[in-house]
Amino acid sequence: MAAGIRDKVAILGMGCSKFGERWESGAEELMVEAYEEAIEDAGIDTTQIDAAWLSTHNENVSVGKGGLPLSTSLRLPNISVTRVENYCASGSEAFRGAVYAVACGACDIALAVGVEKLKDTGYGGLPAADNGTLAPLWAATGSAPGNFAQLASAYRAKHNVSKEDLKRAIAHISVKSHANGAKNPKAHLQKAVTEDQVLNAPMIAEPLGLFDCCGVSDGAAAAIVTTPEIAKSLKNSDLVTIKALQLSLSNGSEAGHNSWDGSYFHTTRIAARKAYDEAGIKNPRDQVSMFECHDCFSITEMVTMEDLQLSAEGTVINDVMDGFYDADGQIPCQIDGGLKCFGHPIGASGIRMLYEMYLQIQGRAGERQLSNPSIGLTHNLGGSPMSNVAAVCIIGAG
Amino acid sequence: MVGIVSFGGYVPKLRLQRSAIAEAHTWANPGAAGQGKGERSMCNWDEDSVTMAVEAVRDCINSSDVNADALFFASTTLPFLDRQNAGIVSTAVSLGEDISVLDITASQRAGTSALLQAFAGVASEQQESIIVVGSDHRRTRASGSQEMTFGDGAAAVQVGSENTLVDFLGGHSRTVDFVDHFKGAGEEFDYNWEERWIRDEGYQNIVPPTIKQALDKAGVAAGDVNHFVMPSTIGRAVAGVARTSQIPAEAIRDNLHGVCGDTGAAHPLVMLLHLLETDAKAGDIILMVGFGQGADALVLKVNDALASFNVSTGIVGCLAGRREENNYQKFLAFNDLVTLEKGMRAEKDSKTALTVLYRKRDMLTGLTGGKCTQCGTAQFPRQDICVNPQCHASHSQEPYSFVEEQGQIQSWSADYLTYTPSPPSHYGMLTFDNGGRFMTDITDVAVGEIDVGTRLRMVFRIKELDRNRGFIRYFWKGVPV
Repeated sequence: MAAGIRDKVAILGMGCSKFGERWESGAEELMVEAYEEAIEDAGIDTTQIDAAWLSTHNENVSVGKGGLPLSTSLRLPNISVTRVENYCASGSEAFRGAVYAVACGACDIALAVGVEKLKDTGYGGLPAADNGTLAPLWAATGSAPGNFAQLASAYRAKHNVSKEDLKRAIAHISVKSHANGAKNPKAHLQKAVTEDQVLNAPMIAEPLGLFDCCGVSDGAAAAIVTTPEIAKSLKNSDLVTIKALQLSLSNGSEAGHNSWDGSYFHTTRIAARKAYDEAGIKNPRDQVSMFECHDCFSITEMVTMEDLQLSAEGTVINDVMDGFYDADGQIPCQIDGGLKCFGHPIGASGIRMLYEMYLQIQGRAGERQLSNPSIGLTHNLGGSPMSNVAAVCIIGAG
Repeated sequence: MVGIVSFGGYVPKLRLQRSAIAEAHTWANPGAAGQGKGERSMCNWDEDSVTMAVEAVRDCINSSDVNADALFFASTTLPFLDRQNAGIVSTAVSLGEDISVLDITASQRAGTSALLQAFAGVASEQQESIIVVGSDHRRTRASGSQEMTFGDGAAAVQVGSENTLVDFLGGHSRTVDFVDHFKGAGEEFDYNWEERWIRDEGYQNIVPPTIKQALDKAGVAAGDVNHFVMPSTIGRAVAGVARTSQIPAEAIRDNLHGVCGDTGAAHPLVMLLHLLETDAKAGDIILMVGFGQGADALVLKVNDALASFNVSTGIVGCLAGRREENNYQKFLAFNDLVTLEKGMRAEKDSKTALTVLYRKRDMLTGLTGGKCTQCGTAQFPRQDICVNPQCHASHSQEPYSFVEEQGQIQSWSADYLTYTPSPPSHYGMLTFDNGGRFMTDITDVAVGEIDVGTRLRMVFRIKELDRNRGFIRYFWKGVPV
């Protein structure tokens, strides 16, 4: 039985660009912005990096293919650079590459950079998906909000929830994230909103309104990882190590077999269970200090809280309305504003989530600092509810 | 004796109110107000002559237990000039590849000509059974008078020699290069000559001699005709022909102008089906005429078997399943008669890999999935390894058609973000009663009409138009049962 990667890899440094409509910057500049913060935080020199991973999803409207964009932008010392893509979980995938490289002993220090430049398309929302030659000939004509919105109808039917109660709960989720984002100078959206504003916003995909959808942003995030021993030798700050890192991918059963009811993420449940086992967490609701989940849409966040075993199945609406996940609640969620307000430059998001958990554990989160968080979880999801990539990462102090 | 052994029809659900057309045009043409009565059938944006033909043929074969060995597709609005349109239809309804198919076109009498050829084919024992489908989706310029009189629709009849519902007694064709209207190659619209000339010089001089010869061949006297099926949108044209031919005035069939409009090459068949589904009685004599650069006349006799024939949906069923459409702008948009701002999302290239379309033709055109011989799970698409998490058997599946399967919506959304010619885009997870599921586009629905549990059946529709290359992607969509 493989031992997993718990406590084998430490985060040496992290950086994150300002997210938002970065009209003045291309992906190349955004990568440098995130990287310079990370390398300064790590206290090392570029020549000390042994290997790098780059994640980006829509390369055709952004940096292009391959690892060269990262190598060239950062003037890396002719090391290996691997470009990875795994839908919106691409950032976690790049991080996993770097972490595995260190964990297996092939590298002392590895770099993961995620980037997405989305605002060069000429329109709002994500670029239209490009998914091969067969799928466009038969797959339903939809968008990300329409695919994720379907969680709402299935969840309501399964748990007998009224349209109004569900709409109010997901509105609360967005209001909470906006309140958090307002305290984050790097967030794309830094303005608080009211429940009425959310409820009365224009419809995007029934029942999701404008404020139920995350920002479409430009941005980059970077992580430099090493062994705990090297980290201790290089830095005096508190050690932050990786406790678990799990990915789970759909194999077509949700999309093609009638055993899935459409109200939850099959993969998130599997990745979470494996991650808790790897991290040695027996009771997530009591042991997880805070988390960043993949709140591409408010309804995604809502059902994910159950999939991560933080709320019991069928009870998340009560927890949400009770403020359990608010900044002053028991398990603050999206304390940095989340995808909703920090923004969602696709390839960067998984690493951005880790960035906030890392800052919080080190006590460096400024106005939004929580009191003594020790375990932070990130949940990064790509695809659609019926076919997706779910990544769960747990990091902690020591 | 050769005759009709089954039939099925299709009329699109949308019915444009002629008052909406009139309202749009009375500023320029005050006379339009007087024509604003009744309704005409109207294709949704994702319907054309091929999709309507598929639905009519499905309706026909659902009522038949005889396999056809040929399919004739009559239309003047075939979406492909060089790709056998009838082949799309036969593939969609899974008639198999050992079938002879033919597009019959270029005249408003293509439907009756196809039917005459089918009777001849079966009579000569070249084929045992032939399906003839007529289908037309005729576009006109906005405000043209045909906009009021045309409709969209399709009708299919299966011709055979045993257990006939209606017998073919005889027929005659006459060819005269009388150009009442024409559509040149590459032209979008018809060019029409004066109606009074068409009536007096065309119908009046060309049709009666054709009828006479047909009746003579059939050995039927004009006065014995019980039902006279002849479409024409020109006032008094049909009555004039009946009078000249000494056919009783009461035999003239309603041309369905009030509830459907003239469906072009399909219309003699549409009117025939309407008659067979309503007023036709055993022993009745039917005279059916198609007009266009000459005329076809067919004499038919109704058999006892018609009374016990189980119409699947038929023209009457389709006419009843209507939705009023009062938005003339939507009609313009669906028929490409107005230049709309579609937004950048509509710029996505939709090039179809023809190799993929061919490799997966049973799946994409025929909606054929698989059924696992190990665990019995129905699934779509059919892949090498079974989708059932408890099975995952390899190479275990047999082809399994989802065309006639029904199911219910498990989850859905109405999406205003994605580009569709008719927002919002409705789609959802459809779980089939007998196993299998997939995320399907849902068409012919208005906002608020579907929810979890809504029952759906599948229909053949346009999936996407490749305007850069003039290609049309077809696939199947769900519609409420």
